[in-house]
Formats: sequence, C-alpha cells, structure tokens
Amino acid sequence: MTIKHSEEYRDAELSRRLVEKIRQTSRRPIRLMEVCGTHTVSIFRSGIRSVLPQTIALLSGPGCPVCVTDQAEIDAFVALARQPGVTVATFGDLMRVPGSASSLQREKAEGRDVRIVYSTVDALAIAQKDPGRQVVFLGVGFETTAPTVAAAVAAAAGLKLANFSVISAHKLVPPALEALMAIEAVRVDGFILPGHVSVIIGLDAYRPFFERHRLPCVVAGFEPTDILQAVDMLVGQIEADRPALENAYPRAVSADGNAKARKVLAEVFEPADACWRGIGRIPASGLRIRAAYAAFDAERRFGLTLPEAKPPKGCACGEILTGKKTPPECALFRKVCTPLDPVGPCMVSSEGTCAAYYKYSDA
Amino acid sequence: MCLAIPSKITKIDNQMAVIDVDGVRREASLLLLEDARVGDYVIVHAGFAISKIDEASALETLALLKEAAALMDARIDREEEPDA
Ligand code: SF4
Repeated sequence: MTIKHSEEYRDAELSRRLVEKIRQTSRRPIRLMEVCGTHTVSIFRSGIRSVLPQTIALLSGPGCPVCVTDQAEIDAFVALARQPGVTVATFGDLMRVPGSASSLQREKAEGRDVRIVYSTVDALAIAQKDPGRQVVFLGVGFETTAPTVAAAVAAAAGLKLANFSVISAHKLVPPALEALMAIEAVRVDGFILPGHVSVIIGLDAYRPFFERHRLPCVVAGFEPTDILQAVDMLVGQIEADRPALENAYPRAVSADGNAKARKVLAEVFEPADACWRGIGRIPASGLRIRAAYAAFDAERRFGLTLPEAKPPKGCACGEILTGKKTPPECALFRKVCTPLDPVGPCMVSSEGTCAAYYKYSDA
Repeated sequence: MCLAIPSKITKIDNQMAVIDVDGVRREASLLLLEDARVGDYVIVHAGFAISKIDEASALETLALLKEAAALMDARIDREEEPDA
C-alpha cells in the first residue's frame, strides 16, 4: 500500500464517524482553543465548527505570527524600509499589515525596496547578488520559522556576508500559553497544540506547562480527521476528568522534536522578553540574536529603537487573539474592516481569525 | 507559510532537495533535517524540510482512526436494533 500522507486524513466517511463519536461522548459545555493559524484555516475550510455538537466551542488563540506581531515592530519594519541603501526581504503576509502611519506595501509603492521572499534562502541569495545593498530579513514567526532564520544567519556567518542581517521578532508558543492562563477573562478547557511548532520543539516541551495547570492538551495535525481526532481525545480527557498531554500527530511529532533544528536555533538565538499584540510583554517569549552573531542583528546594525505604538483604533485583534471576542463582535468587522481594506493584522494574514471568519462564515 | 501537505523528495543535490507536492515541483533546503533520502515524505515550511513523516506511525494512526470508526458502527448498529 502506498500512502500519500494527506488524502487518507480527508476521508469524509471517517470524519463523519469521528463526529458521531464526539457527539456521543461530549456532555459538558467546553471551550477548546487552537493555537495555530493553520489549524484555524483548516477548521473553517473543512466546516468542522458546524458539525461539532453545541457543547463544544472552538476558539482561535494567538497562533497567527503576523497577527501577534506588535504594532511597534511593524513600525520598526517600516522605518527600516525607509533607510537609504536598505532592501527589506519579508514573507508576503506582512506586506499589508498597517503600522501606525504606513505599511510595507505602501513603502514599496512609494519606491522603497521591499521584496517578498518565499524562504530565507531567497533573502540570502538577494544579498549575495547585490553586495552594494544592505539586505534585512524580517524574522516573524514561531518555533517553526525561527530555525529557518537561524540557518540563514549561520550560513551568512559562514559566507562572511557583510550585507545581510535579520530583525528577530520571533515568538515562542509555550510562554504564550502560560501568559494566556494568567489572563483572568480567558477561559479555556483544553488546547489543540500546533503541529508544526511541535515538530521542532517536541511534545515534551509542553510538559512543564501541562504539569503546572493539568489542562487537557493534544498536539494535532492539519487534515480534518487529524483535528477531529484531537477534539475527540480532548473530549475524552475532559469527560473522564483525566487531563493529559497527548500526541495526535505522531507521524511528524516526536517527544523531543527536531534535534538538528533546535541546535541551530540555540546556536544563533537566545530567549528574550517579547511584546505580543493583545497580550503585552511576556517574559522569555521571544528570541534575540546571540552576541556571537551580533554582526547579523539588524536592530544593532541600524540602531533601531521600538517606540511605543498603539494598535489601530477600534480594532479588537487583542481580544480576538486571547479568545475573549470573536470577529463578529468587533464593531468594524465587515463594515469598515475587510480583507481588501484591513484595519488590523487579524484581517490581513490568511491565517488570521478575522480573515477566516470573513471568508468562511456568514456571521 | 506552512505547507500542510507532506512532499516527496525526488532528488537531492548538496543539501537542496527537489520535492513533489501533488505534482508540483519545488525546492527545499535540507539544512534542518538529519539524513533525508530520496523517496522520503517531508513537511516543508518556508522553503525548509523540517520533518520526515514516519511511515509506521502514520499507518498506526490510520489503523486507530479506522478502529474508532468501526466501534462507532457497532454502536450505531446496536442503537438501530428494534426493541424486542
Ligand atoms: S475585524 Fe478588523 S478591526 Fe476588527 S478585530 Fe479584526 S482585524 Fe481588527
């Protein structure tokens, strides 16, 4: 039998039966939070919300990297693009996020050199091709993306590239889970943990969090049956009063993660405090470039400071990222804020909760 | 940014792999992966292969899912039995 590791998990019949099983087991009203933008999109696209029983509410957490990027960081990206001789290389998702006064897209339209890349490998190639320009990669993302940025920095060091640097605005998932638990208004009965962050950090990385809170946690893959299986496991744990840290994605996630990726990550970065949109400063929830690689740190190279910046007026992204509100509860949703003319990052990113609601639900 | 669909490695050349995603060819760096081989299914994120799919675990998960589904069928059948 050859398996392709995708279609098998989209079997409608299998999904139907899993839903049926969940319907039969689920008694208590519960709130489950998915902490990954790719899960949010997959849940909407497959219509999982509408087939689950009334007892189960699915909330989207702070799992979209662009959405949790602080306003001050967006402003710093824009400031960087305005520096003469600088080429900014970024993933496409960031382009349209409005900063306090401008966006990268607007800067590009006004003639600044902002380029969308698919990978840090492309950013390195731009730097190698054009030694006369300072190429800065905007490092935004979680533990899944950070190793790809670390690998680029290590490669740049090996090549002794003098015109490549990185802004590290990366965020780490376990400290964010911890911070969520400390917010009083946030009520979560179980977490659907991000599959591809877990590929890197491994299941055991959540163990301290789990032991402290004894809250049901299941790592999930991204196909419909993967997510349904995780929901089924969470419901099972909750109904039996037996919280556990479980892995519903063992084909990709191991106990200790990807050792090689973790090694390069630790070689280039060290944990640092970081500001999250909607949550604020969380201790040791970000990554900064280690002193040994200071030459590749754009913040140091360009003397960037992050001024205080306020999120867009009326935008409820902060409450949405912490599960306190859903997009239809934002006064601007659909009326003023649309994917074509977004007010906040949650409407910009394809992984943003507001964008997913806009696209897939009538509410 | 994540390609949720695993891709098959069709060629490896100096830490770069050619991958096939549902018939579309792309390149992925192997800098973050230990011992990748041609024929492996990998998860690719932002141009880097970050994990191999473990075939044995995949088969086990599928078997478990089917087992859960079969149990369900048994239960549904029982419920549908007319009362004697
Ligand atoms: S709908 Fe727009 S304004 Fe409202 S929270 Fe979402 S992104 Fe912000």
